[in-house]
Amino acid sequence: MSEPLIEVTDLRYVYHSDTPQAVVALDGLSFSVEPGEYLGIVGGNGSGKSTLAKHLNALLLPASGTVRVGGLDTRDRAAIWEIRRRVGMIFQNPDNQLVATVVEEDVAFGPENLGLPPAMIRERVGEALAAVGMTEFRRRAPHLLSGGQKQRVAIAGILAMRPACLVLDEATTMLDPAGRAEVLETLAVLNRRDGVTIMLISHAMEDLADAGRIIAMDRGRIVLDGPAARVMARADEIPGGRLGAPQMAKLARWLREDGLRLPEGAHTVEALADAVAAAAGLGTQGDV
Amino acid sequence: MELTRYITVGQYLPRSSPLHNLDPRTKILATTALMVTLFLIPSFAGLGLLAAGLLALLALGQIPLGYALRGLRPIAVLLLLTVFLNTFFGGGDAGRTLFQAGPLVATEEGFRRALFVGLRFILLVTAATLLTFVTSPVELTDGLEWLLHPFRRVGVPAHELAMMMSIALRFIPTLLEETEKIMKAQMARGAEFGQGSILRRARAFVPVLVPLLISAFRRSEELALAMEARCYRGGEGRTRMKELRWRTADLVAGACVIAVSTVLVRLR
Repeated sequence: MSEPLIEVTDLRYVYHSDTPQAVVALDGLSFSVEPGEYLGIVGGNGSGKSTLAKHLNALLLPASGTVRVGGLDTRDRAAIWEIRRRVGMIFQNPDNQLVATVVEEDVAFGPENLGLPPAMIRERVGEALAAVGMTEFRRRAPHLLSGGQKQRVAIAGILAMRPACLVLDEATTMLDPAGRAEVLETLAVLNRRDGVTIMLISHAMEDLADAGRIIAMDRGRIVLDGPAARVMARADEIPGGRLGAPQMAKLARWLREDGLRLPEGAHTVEALADAVAAAAGLGTQGDV
Repeated sequence: MELTRYITVGQYLPRSSPLHNLDPRTKILATTALMVTLFLIPSFAGLGLLAAGLLALLALGQIPLGYALRGLRPIAVLLLLTVFLNTFFGGGDAGRTLFQAGPLVATEEGFRRALFVGLRFILLVTAATLLTFVTSPVELTDGLEWLLHPFRRVGVPAHELAMMMSIALRFIPTLLEETEKIMKAQMARGAEFGQGSILRRARAFVPVLVPLLISAFRRSEELALAMEARCYRGGEGRTRMKELRWRTADLVAGACVIAVSTVLVRLR
């Protein structure tokens, strides 16, 4: 068993500590992330998921407990840049994370900060743009791209630093449905094809259809942590509300309650249709 | 109203022309030289030749003429004011009187001066916008940073200035877009822009500027966070994807600018 990529132990964080307005944002979290995982983190407003994200690359430091990235403690000042290189973060608003006026120059920003030689930067920019399918836009101005494309450029900018893990903090929230699908597809491909570890943070369970494992958060605590299918099936138990299970997961549960024997984990339209067809074709009980 | 289309100053037009391929330092130095030359040119003939030269450069850089001229629109008022003041007050007492309007006397000398100053102004702005049309902001700031580097010893924060300028240029279109959005939102609530006295128009912009500023501050905070997350820690130890490199073309371009300037300054 290899060492976990990220190891969070008993993490606590308090905003405005020592003042009357103190808010406990994270209240004793423990979990770890293995290399190659696609982990979804879901929670409502104020559940602490964004605060958690900022701990993963030392933008915030724990009040107590530890966060380790590949064995490096985020409180170690000397390791901070290596940690930020390893854990790449993509934020909600694509406009506010692009620094340059040309796509390829923006993608180069991270590697330039790492002090890499120009030839290597060029190579990595090319690779990163190809990985997110934005090669043909390399000379474009980012403000002329669609939301989904901007977010893919932001992802390329992180990939060019060769991170061990991508953390997306509500990175699909501001996008229209097409842009959201575009970004989710890119992430799924990166995870499957290139083995990039992905942590997708969202308030919407629908976004997590590709995740292998889901952690549900509420008020700074983990309420559920397990395989995606199991967490989705129990989505209604997650407090904080507004975390409706994806429609297909809901439908699957209704059908199951009606007596149709369906396997867990079919939460896309195609997968569920196949599952229903298989169940019906085998002539199991139920009257589909 | 399409603000992004209206304001072309400071916009980069990605092409692959000989002008685009020059080293940014060459372009900055050449533009500065041309601007200084503009103030030293004594004759209309010189200005005319320089205008022709700039037109040729626009063509070489594949910049549509109409697009370049649109850059002059925001300065139209300033331009008219300059011409007006010079026509009536620039000539002194000497020179033939052209016409008289009340106490204002337009002299031939004044009119000549007005045209001269006006033309110089137009050329000045065109030269500056040409630089930004053919140089990406990142290149521009790289060039500036290099040129300012010797002054670091006397406390000029070269990298910080360059980075600030680059980010400002990056956010011009974004903020213009946002201004447009806020204006439309206020119009939908009954706000009227461009009507009434100047004071009234200025006041109508307060409900646009306040949200714009607030959002700009929020953006800056997020951007700073995103930059830190991408390992930005100032200019120390930073490298560049596009290295600045003097080529033969830069040498030739520099020589051309020096030669042209020398001739123009002497042309009577």
